[in-house]
Amino acid sequence: MMSTLKGHSLISITDYSKEDILKILDIAEEFEADPRQNILGNRVIASLFFEPSTRTRLSFESAVQYLGGRIIGFASADTSSVKKGESLKDTILTVSNYSDLIVMRNPLDGSARYASEVSPIPIINAGDGANQHPTQCLLDLYSIRKTQGRLENIDIAMVGDLKYGRTVHSLVQALCLFGARFHFVSPDSLKMPSSVKTVIKNAGLEYYQYTELSDVISLADILYMTRIQGERFPDPLEYEKVKNAYILENAMLEQSKDNMKVLHPLPRVNEIAEDVDDNPKAYYFQQARNGVYIRQALIAAILGLK
Amino acid sequence: MNTKRTELKVSAIRNGTVIDHIPAESVFQVFKILNLDASDKQVYFGTNLESKKYGKKGLIKISDTYFKPRETNKIALVAPNATLIEIKDYDVVRKGKVRLPHQIDGIVKCFNPKCVTNNQKVSTSFLVTQDHKGEMKLFCKYCEKTMAKENIEFI
Ligand SMILES: [Zn+2]
Repeated sequence: MMSTLKGHSLISITDYSKEDILKILDIAEEFEADPRQNILGNRVIASLFFEPSTRTRLSFESAVQYLGGRIIGFASADTSSVKKGESLKDTILTVSNYSDLIVMRNPLDGSARYASEVSPIPIINAGDGANQHPTQCLLDLYSIRKTQGRLENIDIAMVGDLKYGRTVHSLVQALCLFGARFHFVSPDSLKMPSSVKTVIKNAGLEYYQYTELSDVISLADILYMTRIQGERFPDPLEYEKVKNAYILENAMLEQSKDNMKVLHPLPRVNEIAEDVDDNPKAYYFQQARNGVYIRQALIAAILGLK
Repeated sequence: MNTKRTELKVSAIRNGTVIDHIPAESVFQVFKILNLDASDKQVYFGTNLESKKYGKKGLIKISDTYFKPRETNKIALVAPNATLIEIKDYDVVRKGKVRLPHQIDGIVKCFNPKCVTNNQKVSTSFLVTQDHKGEMKLFCKYCEKTMAKENIEFI
């Protein structure tokens, strides 16, 4: 039953079928009920962070520790042989001698796919540049299913930087497997790219585009907020114009559905006011915790232990 | 042998290759892709020729040269309807359309400067796809970016 997951790398969310995704969510549910399971024995997980990402790294390391495994690796390229000019291929081939599974974050787009081609052991992509971050996508799906009781046919509103935000692109692709209605809220300069809209059309689904956040609050089951990143803008004036365009405040949630939940991949800057945090509809901190269960599930499934 | 005589008139070379039905605006691109300015053989080309099927077309003739599929794949990216005619001793020995493969390996550069293929020793690989308007696109297997025809650059 686990044959499609065991021994295989996870690079892009599109590597997984609907069945694979549901299997991982089910295993994650088991770990949420009972997170401390000493199943890794003496296995060694390599955690190779070629660029720092404390949040993602700690989540993976916490997942390994809960499973009783050991971790080797580095938290940034400064302290590694990469700094001395070693190729990615050489680093991967070397580390694969010392470990059972590699978790990798690298600033180059496509680096994870390449690593999986040269590596004799499976790779979990913890983010390759602006391309993919599949564990984020899986924890988003887990959070949606947990809060809505289903993944099928939800109304999801995505807000902010839809042009460059890789998490929203992956989430759209994954939700297309289950059917959904998409509501995209962004400034004109940060609209969802046409390649993602093509995926929606090919799945026979519908999307709607808005420029006002208030237009979607009453119709969403999930309100997925994202950060507008200043470094994306070549012109700082352009950034100034849009950076405060979408700020969610607690009072705005009054018109929302009872089942609605606010998600955010974190870290946030100012797009969710702090007065939202105490609203039971705010789910972003639980969402981050779900990431640990998802990463436990992936490690266990890929190593053939679940 | 009427057809043969027609081909003879078009090609007018003893041995070599005729590339016909090139979009008029792509002749120089094909010329460049095949690196014909470096060829020491006789090369002729014409552009804005009349064509019943395509309106204006371009045509290139290269004597004493035959191409490998690796080369003809490259042509298909800019001239998908091009016809390749191989001539030996004034006879047409082979005639066929260029064929766009499903995958393009190692000949096109990824347009994304942050792609691993532009930063490590990795050979490029693209899947040939179409967008919803039917336009040909190249999908990078590594960075997963989709590249339009106008961004194609050959290695
Ligand atoms: Zn690429």
